[in-house]
Amino acid sequence: MRLLPYGPRAVLAEYDSLAEVMAVSDVLRAAAVPGVVDVVPAARTVLVHHNGVDRVALEALLQPTDQAPRPVGPLVEIPVVYDGADLAEVASATGMSAADVIDMHSSTTFSAAFLGFTPGWAYLVGLPPPLHLPRRSTPRTAVPAGSVAIANEFSGVYPTTSPGGWHLLGHTIVPMFDASRAKPALVVDGDRVRFVPS
Amino acid sequence: MIEIINQGIGSSFQDLGRIGFKHLGVGLGGAADRPSHGLANRLVGNPESMATIETCGGLCVRLHRHATVVVTGARGTIDVRHGPPMAVNGTAHLPAGAEITLRSPDDGLRYYLAVRGGLDVAPVLGSCSFDTLAGIGPQLSSGDRFAIGPDPNTPLVAEFGIRPPLSTLIHLYEGPRRDWFTDAAWTLLTTQAFVVSASSNRVGARLTGPVLERRHHRELPSEGLVEGAIEVPPDGQPIVMLADCPVTGGYPVIAVVDRDDLPWVAQARPGTALQFRHSGG
Repeated sequence: MRLLPYGPRAVLAEYDSLAEVMAVSDVLRAAAVPGVVDVVPAARTVLVHHNGVDRVALEALLQPTDQAPRPVGPLVEIPVVYDGADLAEVASATGMSAADVIDMHSSTTFSAAFLGFTPGWAYLVGLPPPLHLPRRSTPRTAVPAGSVAIANEFSGVYPTTSPGGWHLLGHTIVPMFDASRAKPALVVDGDRVRFVPS
Repeated sequence: MIEIINQGIGSSFQDLGRIGFKHLGVGLGGAADRPSHGLANRLVGNPESMATIETCGGLCVRLHRHATVVVTGARGTIDVRHGPPMAVNGTAHLPAGAEITLRSPDDGLRYYLAVRGGLDVAPVLGSCSFDTLAGIGPQLSSGDRFAIGPDPNTPLVAEFGIRPPLSTLIHLYEGPRRDWFTDAAWTLLTTQAFVVSASSNRVGARLTGPVLERRHHRELPSEGLVEGAIEVPPDGQPIVMLADCPVTGGYPVIAVVDRDDLPWVAQARPGTALQFRHSGG
């Protein structure tokens, strides 16, 4: 774990693995440390927003620990039409056929590690390693809402039309975020997710 | 009742933001210049959490009943029809039928208009702020009417110190990815002027200036962002994250603007030259 400076009201801790990030952020959220305003886990980091905090106590909680795996969350099924603009490119980059890519993606049970970027953007882990590809070298200025995509170790669904550099495999018509719903985000961290070809 | 005759430019309801929804990917948002938002509420006896209207000018509203109103933030001319004259930072008691128009600011960028008793807008996820990045929150457009809330029964106060002139000297701290940049880049950032570009918005103030060169060209996994973080995309031109910044971002953060100076960045008009100074720490 490395502590990185982020001004007087935030600390960024960097880890070697997403598993460490998840374990630490779960511990931190459960500990409800006085002065901590928000905990933002991401791929390799945990950002702690605070308004004055006991640094020693906080740093102790930021140490990676052996955590029991997260309890298995509910399963969310997301219907997908696999018509993404990058399907052929992903197939050629991975040496598979487009049908194999679809099959591999839709037969995986993902787990939502954390939400970030914009409302409802769940970072889903569990993507089989053959599909791990770096982000596109040139991001698109507008990726349509509902696009189902992959990048690095993650899969995800764009909740709104936004700029993005992930590889587009398909699209869903299910809204990922609706502030008027009792549960605004369709997928929250801990949920399991399956993409169902439709 | 207050009627929006002309919504003007960049007008939206804002308050102290959406606290505690980052786990859903929902950022804080809220007034870009919080001290001016807070001052507006205090001057009319409202709690600071009440929504004000943030606007870059051109906003015209008509009162359908008498009301106590104030405008803070940017400096500019307020035109009042069918009522007594008013000035920025001065609390005005206006009769029914009065019409207020905020001209384009002469200094600064964002005004805050507060009405004693507040306006009846429905909060979304605990806040009346409109988040321009996420598209969440109550909207405001020409023709809309909003009821004025009940009188808070608070004394009116003669404020509390009118704010100092807008500053262009911005203090900053080292950011988490300072070491991704060359020492020359850090020296440029903390000694040279950076000009606010016209493509700036509530998400971020985009700056143009000397190119900030990276030492590493690898890809950064997305990580948490704070308001005031200075992100540097591959073109080397820094962006200061403002109220509607995303919860996480994918470009390295070289520095973080001191919270006390962030309102000056939010009030900097396109073309303003900002000068950054290292605060240590």
